[in-house]
Amino acid sequence: MKRKKYVVLVGLASLGAVTFLGGCSTILLFDPKGPIGEAERFVIIAAIVLMLIVVIPVFIMAFWFPRKYSASNTESIYMPKWSQSTKIEFFMWAVPIAIVTVLAILAWTSTHSLDPYKPIYSADKPINIEAVSLDWKWLFIYPDQNIATVNQITFPVNVPVSFKLTSDTVMTSFFIPQLGSQIYAMAGMQTRLHLLADKPGIYAGHNQQFSGRGYADMHFKANVVSREEFESWVQKIRQSPEKLDLDRYEKLANPSVGHLVTYFSSVKPDLFEYILRKSDPTWGKNHDHMSSGSISTHPRTDIAEAN
Amino acid sequence: MFGKLSLSAIPYDQSITIGAVGGAVLLGLVILGLLTYYRKWTYLYKEWLTSLDHKKIGIMYIILALVMLLRGFSDAILMRAQQAVAAGGSFGYLHPEHFNQIFSAHGSIMIIFAAMPFLVGLMNIVVPQQIGARDVAFPFMNSLSLWLTTAGALLVMVSLGVGEFSQAGWSGYSPLTQIEYSPGTGVDYWIWSFQIAGIGSTLTGINFLVTIIKMRAPGMKAMRMPLFVWTTFLTMVLVVWAFPVLTAALAMLTLDRYLGMHFFSNTFGGNMMMYANLFWTWGHPEVYILILPAFGIFSEVVATFSKKRLFSYTSMVWATAVITVLSFSVWMHHFFTMGASPNVNLFFGIATMLIAVPTGVKTFNWLFTMYRGRISFTTPMYWTLGFIVSFAIGGSAGVLLSIPPADYVLHNSLFLIAHFHNVIIPGALFGFFAGYSYWFPKAVGFRLKENWGKRAFWCWLIGFYLAFIPLYVLGFMGMPRRLAHYANLTWHPYLLVAALGVAVILLGIVFQGIQLLVSIKERRTLGDPTGDPWDGRTLEWMTSSPPAVYNFPKIPVVNEIDAFVDMKEKGVAYQRPDQYNDIEMPKNAPHGLIIGALAFVFGFAIVWYIWWLAILAALGMLFTVIARSVDDDIHYVIPAAEVERIENERYRQLATVAKRHPAYEQTTPEPVLEM
Repeated sequence: MKRKKYVVLVGLASLGAVTFLGGCSTILLFDPKGPIGEAERFVIIAAIVLMLIVVIPVFIMAFWFPRKYSASNTESIYMPKWSQSTKIEFFMWAVPIAIVTVLAILAWTSTHSLDPYKPIYSADKPINIEAVSLDWKWLFIYPDQNIATVNQITFPVNVPVSFKLTSDTVMTSFFIPQLGSQIYAMAGMQTRLHLLADKPGIYAGHNQQFSGRGYADMHFKANVVSREEFESWVQKIRQSPEKLDLDRYEKLANPSVGHLVTYFSSVKPDLFEYILRKSDPTWGKNHDHMSSGSISTHPRTDIAEAN
Repeated sequence: MFGKLSLSAIPYDQSITIGAVGGAVLLGLVILGLLTYYRKWTYLYKEWLTSLDHKKIGIMYIILALVMLLRGFSDAILMRAQQAVAAGGSFGYLHPEHFNQIFSAHGSIMIIFAAMPFLVGLMNIVVPQQIGARDVAFPFMNSLSLWLTTAGALLVMVSLGVGEFSQAGWSGYSPLTQIEYSPGTGVDYWIWSFQIAGIGSTLTGINFLVTIIKMRAPGMKAMRMPLFVWTTFLTMVLVVWAFPVLTAALAMLTLDRYLGMHFFSNTFGGNMMMYANLFWTWGHPEVYILILPAFGIFSEVVATFSKKRLFSYTSMVWATAVITVLSFSVWMHHFFTMGASPNVNLFFGIATMLIAVPTGVKTFNWLFTMYRGRISFTTPMYWTLGFIVSFAIGGSAGVLLSIPPADYVLHNSLFLIAHFHNVIIPGALFGFFAGYSYWFPKAVGFRLKENWGKRAFWCWLIGFYLAFIPLYVLGFMGMPRRLAHYANLTWHPYLLVAALGVAVILLGIVFQGIQLLVSIKERRTLGDPTGDPWDGRTLEWMTSSPPAVYNFPKIPVVNEIDAFVDMKEKGVAYQRPDQYNDIEMPKNAPHGLIIGALAFVFGFAIVWYIWWLAILAALGMLFTVIARSVDDDIHYVIPAAEVERIENERYRQLATVAKRHPAYEQTTPEPVLEM
């Protein structure tokens, strides 16, 4: 009777696991479309497996001990004064320490290799995108192509994408779950992110840091296409009647919720730096200064600029 | 004259808000009416509101916590209901501005006005008794802390009906909280309620540190203190280190908002990351402030109901101390995605993982305390077992988040929400519930009905899993936190399950309400005439239930870790002293209540820019403090004869119990039966 119950439980659990893994296409983090996301999935799964080494014994003991030493079970040993055991204590400290050591090594290697600031090495020249978070939309500037878009990015498959990010409003976080790593965008500061998609497709992206009234609608689409399709997409944008000069930018920066996808055929030169200097007039002029953003964001910018 | 305040501040047009306000006001009027009808005002004022008795202050703290827990839980229901319906093209029934207020209030209330008063209340009732003291070190300051916390809570409640609450989350990240992005009064309500309650918490911290350092019974060396006293001590170390940082951060934010300064603004050299650093320098220790006392409670409960000494007391103390220290070196894991260098992230990531070691050790300590024990499955024990299993999951999720690259994809997702609810609900709240049912007879004199307690437990446990396991999955599905509505329909089924989970938890809360009512009704049969209903191990079980105002007629002498077990074994637990002495106790004082009331007026006035009223209230507080300071007549004496009368009554009660229930004979040794 009891065994039957366990069989049912195990059956249910494996059914759950199968549905979970089988439904991977909706579990975005387990269905990555690029090397960064794949590496992060590996870190997550490896860490979970490692921690099960402690969690499973805890589960077993948490069910077994109360059963065995229940007051109704008078046959089991009762030692009211027993409270020391060097052997048990050794394992109690050693096992968690061992697991944390392995986890720390995993963290060490993966944090260095998956540093969002680290360029992805590739034979192809990266696509540069400057992302600006506004209330409540994303502006993407392609400095090399001199075009800009709102709430949509397109880039070629298997080519690294190098993002520079800032904000012209409150703090936000740029995130495309299936490509991996998010990074904050903050006014007067520039952050960096490098991503690569190895499969074409349309991937959802959004702001992952609560930013006020229109936050829930602050998402965008990332279109990953072939090199040729990308070039023709750029040409299409260049045909757009809209141009992003300062006036148009200030209009765009006004708060709006659910802004439509918009294309700009040209962009005021150095608009991104202009936006950074709106908050920090010294930005880019003197990197050693200790005024705003001195908590490791500026020195990091230097490294990134050098690349 | 009235600053920014006008009649338009009352949200007439919001039916849900008006319903909630109407309900609260009506309930308040009913209570006031009943108090007047039964002429209980004098009793309430003299026996409770102005009381400096730590036990009564503790009970009032817990009442505040339970009321605010209900409020915070109502917010949770609204949020889960919103996300259950606002899928696809639907915007749900809450406007984002309303939804944002609700989750901001939920977090603020649950942490500052539900969890904090709950744990401080339990400490107040228990700690002085566990160390064999008659009160805390500063009984007046204790009352002041209570009323400052209440003033903060009241300010949050008032924001429901007058104006609005913050829409910037409980962590109030700048620049969203700057005046240009949040021009309303919401953020000011949030700032001042935190600020006023925070000062109360800092005072509590000082009070309990001094109490535990200076007022332990003779013989109670540091390594003989009950685990709950140890965790309280270390928690209070965290409080006095961490809360001033919050006070300073909020003060700077206040200067930004009120005087146009630029500490955390986007422009003129302001730095929002500095706010994040300061907030979490307090915020991370704060989560340990919530959970360490619960760890202490579990340690007491598991030893008592296993009828066995706590396994490896020394490991347990050191593990707690290690957590205390490490908790100050991990705050940056709340923003790994800010763009710091890998080595900076790694320092904080690995420091975070290290906390898993002492936490794991504690878990094994609890498990091996049960090993070779005689476990009775009471409600507190249920909460403890539910905690051990659930916390293993929540803790692991936390370790996962401590690895920076994992956090790069899970940060600010519903996975994070699931993680911290998974540590705070089973970790802290289950602990407080365990403490609530464990010490309830001590505080009021009768036990809580077990059957309803266990029903409530099962609802909470099952409801918790239903509500939060889907959130873990949703985090992996890329769903961010705090969404007022969403287009991705694959998320919807999981959010429906989560909403069902909240409904099951609601049932658990209803059962807890029934438990309280049934227990009050059956208080005679559930009575605890011995003062030691669980065959307890520590000194609080030595006193009567509820204890006399002075707790101990004669201060006990401690020779062992489990002091009361030791006394019972030696047969000296109920020994009559040769003679009783006069006992000096603090007189009641209204000053704490007055300062609390004025703090509330001050907070309200400054939120609405009613400067004259704010100045008057501030001056009033100052004068009340001075009035209290110059009052030298703050003690009264209970004569030895009166002590003897009270104690004789107690021994008579013990004797009748011993006659009626032979089972108690063991716990009530000869001296009692001789009389």
